[in-house]
Amino acid sequence: MKLGSLNEALTPILVLAICVIWAMVDSGRAVQGIDSALRLMTPLLLACLAGLYSERSGVFDIGLEGKMLMAAFSAATVAYLTGSAWIGLLAGIAGSMALSLIHGLASITFRGNQLISGVAINFLASGLTVLLGIKIFQLGGRTPSLEGAARFQPIELPLAETLRGVPVIGDLYSNLLSGHSILVYIALLLVPLTWWVLNRTRFGLRLRAVGENPASVDTAGVSVTRLRHAAIAICGVLCGIAGAYLATSLSAGFVKEMTAGRGFIALAALIFAKWRPWSALFATFLFGLLEAIANQYPNLDLGFITIPSMFMNALPYILTVIILAGFVGRAIPPRAGGEPYVKER
Amino acid sequence: MAEPAQHLGGRSATAAPAAIELTGISKAFGPVQANKDIDLRVERGTIHGIIGENGAGKSTLMSILYGFYKPDSGTIEVNGQPLSITDSMTAIRAGIGMVFQHFKLVQNFTVLENIILGAEDGRLLRPALAKARGVLRRLAEEYQLNVDPDERIEELSVGHQQRVEILKALYRQADILILDEPTGVLTPAEADHLFRILEGLKAEGKTIILITHKLREIMEITDNVSVMRRGEMVASVRTAETSPEELAELMVGRKVLLNVEKGPASPGAPVLEVRGLKMVDDEGVERLRGIDFDIRAGEILGIAGVSGNGQTQLLELLGGYPEKGSTVSGTIHMNGEPLDVTGTRSDARTRRKRGIGHVPEDRQTEGLIMDFTAWENIAFGYHDKPEYQRGWLMDNDAIRRDAQKYMEDFDCRPRNCHLAARNFSGGNQQKLVVAREIERNPDLLLIGQPTRGVDIGAIEFIHKRIVELRDAGKAILLVSVELDEILSLSDRIAVMFDGRIMGERLPSETTTGELGLLMAGITDTDRHDPAEGIPPEHQYVETTPEERV
Repeated sequence: MKLGSLNEALTPILVLAICVIWAMVDSGRAVQGIDSALRLMTPLLLACLAGLYSERSGVFDIGLEGKMLMAAFSAATVAYLTGSAWIGLLAGIAGSMALSLIHGLASITFRGNQLISGVAINFLASGLTVLLGIKIFQLGGRTPSLEGAARFQPIELPLAETLRGVPVIGDLYSNLLSGHSILVYIALLLVPLTWWVLNRTRFGLRLRAVGENPASVDTAGVSVTRLRHAAIAICGVLCGIAGAYLATSLSAGFVKEMTAGRGFIALAALIFAKWRPWSALFATFLFGLLEAIANQYPNLDLGFITIPSMFMNALPYILTVIILAGFVGRAIPPRAGGEPYVKER
Repeated sequence: MAEPAQHLGGRSATAAPAAIELTGISKAFGPVQANKDIDLRVERGTIHGIIGENGAGKSTLMSILYGFYKPDSGTIEVNGQPLSITDSMTAIRAGIGMVFQHFKLVQNFTVLENIILGAEDGRLLRPALAKARGVLRRLAEEYQLNVDPDERIEELSVGHQQRVEILKALYRQADILILDEPTGVLTPAEADHLFRILEGLKAEGKTIILITHKLREIMEITDNVSVMRRGEMVASVRTAETSPEELAELMVGRKVLLNVEKGPASPGAPVLEVRGLKMVDDEGVERLRGIDFDIRAGEILGIAGVSGNGQTQLLELLGGYPEKGSTVSGTIHMNGEPLDVTGTRSDARTRRKRGIGHVPEDRQTEGLIMDFTAWENIAFGYHDKPEYQRGWLMDNDAIRRDAQKYMEDFDCRPRNCHLAARNFSGGNQQKLVVAREIERNPDLLLIGQPTRGVDIGAIEFIHKRIVELRDAGKAILLVSVELDEILSLSDRIAVMFDGRIMGERLPSETTTGELGLLMAGITDTDRHDPAEGIPPEHQYVETTPEERV
């Protein structure tokens, strides 16, 4: 990982500072809070990486939200019917991939407008999940609660128990890192993996090239269409995991509109991260942290003033607006982003 | 793809197989027939020029050869084997490499990354990068193709970017190299270097196809030349057995005058007097470092220079729209009256009212609105003229009448003022802009790159109109990167380098060589003292008496 400029180091420093200050002010809740921040970060991180693959290939994807929602619904439904979280995960990925395919057909094969296709996917998912939910379960769009093997259970990392006594390091390891669902670890591992794929493999080189200048890829004899479809498929898989995590790990079942804008927050984080995997980790962790703080302190009492819970809950969205308004310095998106590729001399 | 041995054996022993043999190639885009029944034979180890006006179908033909388009009919043979080139990969495998007019490079990639893109040999990059580094070093020595492999493309000059494109083709072991208008973006020195590289490649037995519309390049470097006109191949000849005049005639289908016919200038009173003009852009870079010159009525002042040395800034500033965020100082007088340089009355509209017409360098982004019709475009900048108003409304009929008349005067085709600007060819678009400005009879015409990307017929026409305007006693400031154009049109030549005027020359008393040196910032130290310390006005005062000849 390379932290080229101060700008790139800012988010990690900010995130670390928040954690340290929190631990100093209120150490009891801080460990619990940071622990929950990790869990809240996971769907954002997965969606953010999903968007990263898509957008680095030059296809804007505002349909992350819809894909996650679709995946959450299919994962919860299938997990409930089969009693297996893993089969649910596969179903979630399938649901999200189906929408990815629509997006790819519309915006790559038929060169439609990527934003419009994304909006359509969001509407489709929002309506379809509720419709199917009511039809199948008659619970007003919810799925029944998931129990046991239908949910991803926390797993203990090796040595977590033995290290529990060791001060600081042991504490952090067994209380913070250990005891999450397998999907959390998958999400974390995807960060270095994505970095490696982008920077060290042929596929990554071509992916970055097609997002910057598709003509360079085309004239090199490589199919632009196939590359972009591949990128979109990866995006679908990651959104699928994100949605399944929401419904079968973070919560116990699907609730109408349960993504609650996480797809859009992930997009904001992607811009904040300047389309880079390591930065995406820190950006999404920052959002997770804010959400965790809001959960831990519904009414934050600063002594002279009490911040109402509504404001605390709105923090991640306020940050999103600030980021999207461009207060984070210049973020240069992939140059060919948003443009369907048309051959020309 | 066919087996090679079969076909090599089947060929008659008398003729060695050509590198490329095209037979009966046709290609239509909708109703437009871009290529009509084209035959072309390119011998191995030669440099073969393909020349023709814009829109003659040269690029289409080469794109077919590179697998970018599929021909409607016809056959392609490469090294004697018939080949159906369905995509660029097939072309690359057959040993064909192409350097496009607009480079196909990824700007934020390094040179190495661009070279290996699509030719990585494996799933991981590391071995490919190492291999490319070695090959690059060898190619650099062999052909003087030096580029820093770790530099990002956006940091490279255009000339170096072009080298990367050539290296890309050579890395893929191209035997046949197609270059589409390679010198359009190069300085004369860079173009010379390119030609030396091409000679070196030819000596190695490579075949080179050079697409251009510059006759001089064809005469200088090619062995054979094919001429295209309106989608047809009209002639293929040995370069040594032809002449520029003959080629030009073949290209346009009639005799053209390569030199502009113009009588001596009879300059009158100064129209534009520029003194100490400076401009610093928003990044703090000094773009103009004190420009002084006069233009008198009835004379053409040509400003030569490699693009990017301040000519654009000078034109925009005079035209009334300096770059945003720039700071400007200095004085400009128009017909003896001061022009507002920095204040509220320094805008383009006021400049037009003072009699300054402006043909911007880039017709597509500044001269025209491409989606608007020709008549709308012809009104721009003059739309508030009283004769175009009818009460509160615009008198569109009056504008259209004018547009139709101007288009007739300038032989703009198709003669339909309701077509969008983008539906006209490059040359006709330029005629629209030139017509708009010249027909309004300005006292001073600023004209930038009047014939960039314009075919010979239109060049001749535009040149003639510029000279007519001069003979009508108007002042003209001509900025062009084409030295030939500057030399044949100007009554006086000023050379710009790095925001300064390096010197002035009379076209009759200078050479391309001398101007080239000035364009590179080298002043003649024999005649002047070391150039650095001398304010520009002293450098050209010396030539002033000669101008009065």
